[in-house]
Amino acid sequence: MSVLEIKNLHVNVETDQGTREILRGVDLVINKGEIHAIMGPNGSGKSTLAYTIAGHPKYTVVQGEILLDGENVLEMTVDERARAGLFLAMQYPVEIPGVTVTNFLRTAKTAIDGQAPSVRTWVKDVRESMSNLKMDKAFAERNVNEGFSGGEKKRNEILQLELLKPNFAVLDETDSGLDVDALKVVSEGVNRAMASTGLGVLLITHYTRILRYIKPDFVHVFVAGRIAEQGGPELADRLEEEGYDRYNVAEAAAAE
Amino acid sequence: MTSTAMPTAEQHGLVAHTDGAFVPVQTRSERFRSVNVDDFAPVNGREHEWKLSPVAAFADLTGGELDGSRPTIETTDVAGVAISWIARTDARIGSAGIPEERASANAWSTFGESLLVSVTGEDEKVAVITRSGLGSAPRAAHTVIEAAPFSRALIVLRGIGDARLSENVEILVGEGASLTVVSLQEWSDDSVHLASQFARLSRDSFLKHIVVSLGGKVVRVNPSTHLAEQGADIEALGLYFADAGQHLEQQVFVHHDAPHTKSRVTYKGALQGSGARTVWIGDVLIGQKATGTDSYEQNRNLVLTDGTRADSVPNLEIETGDIAGAGHASATGRFDDEQLFYLMARGIREDEARRLVVRGFLTEIVQKIGSPELEARLNAAVEAELQGN
Repeated sequence: MSVLEIKNLHVNVETDQGTREILRGVDLVINKGEIHAIMGPNGSGKSTLAYTIAGHPKYTVVQGEILLDGENVLEMTVDERARAGLFLAMQYPVEIPGVTVTNFLRTAKTAIDGQAPSVRTWVKDVRESMSNLKMDKAFAERNVNEGFSGGEKKRNEILQLELLKPNFAVLDETDSGLDVDALKVVSEGVNRAMASTGLGVLLITHYTRILRYIKPDFVHVFVAGRIAEQGGPELADRLEEEGYDRYNVAEAAAAE
Repeated sequence: MTSTAMPTAEQHGLVAHTDGAFVPVQTRSERFRSVNVDDFAPVNGREHEWKLSPVAAFADLTGGELDGSRPTIETTDVAGVAISWIARTDARIGSAGIPEERASANAWSTFGESLLVSVTGEDEKVAVITRSGLGSAPRAAHTVIEAAPFSRALIVLRGIGDARLSENVEILVGEGASLTVVSLQEWSDDSVHLASQFARLSRDSFLKHIVVSLGGKVVRVNPSTHLAEQGADIEALGLYFADAGQHLEQQVFVHHDAPHTKSRVTYKGALQGSGARTVWIGDVLIGQKATGTDSYEQNRNLVLTDGTRADSVPNLEIETGDIAGAGHASATGRFDDEQLFYLMARGIREDEARRLVVRGFLTEIVQKIGSPELEARLNAAVEAELQGN
């Protein structure tokens, strides 16, 4: 059974104002097949956690570990992490001019699997996944994320999740900016990927809305760079009613 | 931009200063021009048309004696594309344009005969003319490409191997003709190539002009297009990839000189390695007769490493208030690390991710060439550049 472990993670980021400590000792264990929701107010470090797992060069790990089945993830390059089975669905996917979705997907699939996918099944898989995500066929020939609406970009992220079949996926505010129809489509995509590959999910969100469609096993509340509280799905219900006020967010931020 | 004011005698710079100081040329079409090399002063590198070029690297081409004999060319027989040699006295020579600088005039003064590429027939066809083995002694050449009224063709003028070449290319596009000319520079590492290309477009004709510069130490291809009659339409495209120590330059000029003419200029370049240098100057002149003009020019440069320099200078002159549109854009940017992160986060290795991004950047030009075979060849050539070959 695959497991992703985060131990006492401290992360800094360089800003114009100097070095800032964003994560201040995060501990998390995600087993394959589990859904962990990370919830928290703006600026609490949720996205930093996502990008640190993926290996974005902007973030510096000053203490702690990330282990994938005991392997040190922090020693891996960005692409090695992806090939090891980690996936980050980005909040703001970038445009890649001149690179079509088809070409991109095939290149990524070949890199992840170490060999080119069989032409016949691959074309069918792509078509099927796109149709499931209610993406028009024309998407395949468009350049990656170029001129995509917010909702189209998120669908494109989940399309990759379905096709690349990682062991663990971090979804960074995949729900933000989606209307309810798109939210359902995207959530169904995540649930399908769960059902077919049994992946583990770290679902980062500001709102409880997406948790109506993707049921978390665990909920962690992030405040000021560490986990302030954790529990089961009932914690999400409580947040829905009470918001983040009881965590003294302002106080925690002021203490920085 | 929409001023219709006529120049007046009082306008500064229109008349010489009484102290005899140098007055720069005010309008692009009024630059000095001559077919005689001796009418131009020796090149010192401070002239506006030379100031961004490494003039010391080719003093033999601007000032020395050139070999004007026929170069070796290779071409395949294509119905409707006739290749021949014509005398200097042929009436077509000089009908598209004449030199505006000394290297061009030196070639013009020296060439023996001109290559004539004559296009007829309304069906699409592709002809590739390859110049190779030009050698390392300085040479002059002249080429006339003439498209008969309503004819269509894609002509590739390709250079490979060693060359020290100064040349003039004239492109005559007949009424209603649709011509694509690709000037493809794949010279050897030490080669120098200076070219002036002059196109004259007749009524309702279309020219797609593509400059692709990949190989050579110094390659300077300056295409001028005269939209001489109404309805003429030019799409000018360029693609260049400068490696360490390479100088790739293009000075593009589009002269709108008749009503309802259209121009689109898009040049894209990549720079990689210490001393990689590119120059793009885009002059667009919309003359008084060119009412209803629709014009847009842009240049984009992608900087892949430190130690490179890209000059990008768009100039737009408008002499009539009645135009449909005129715009220009220029951007030179570093490789986007967020694109790299995105691709690598999908398991793609760094070198392959870089290739994807650069190929994607340049593909906008490659895709517009209109010949799948040539597109595939160019993609392979760009690939080789990225591998550092």
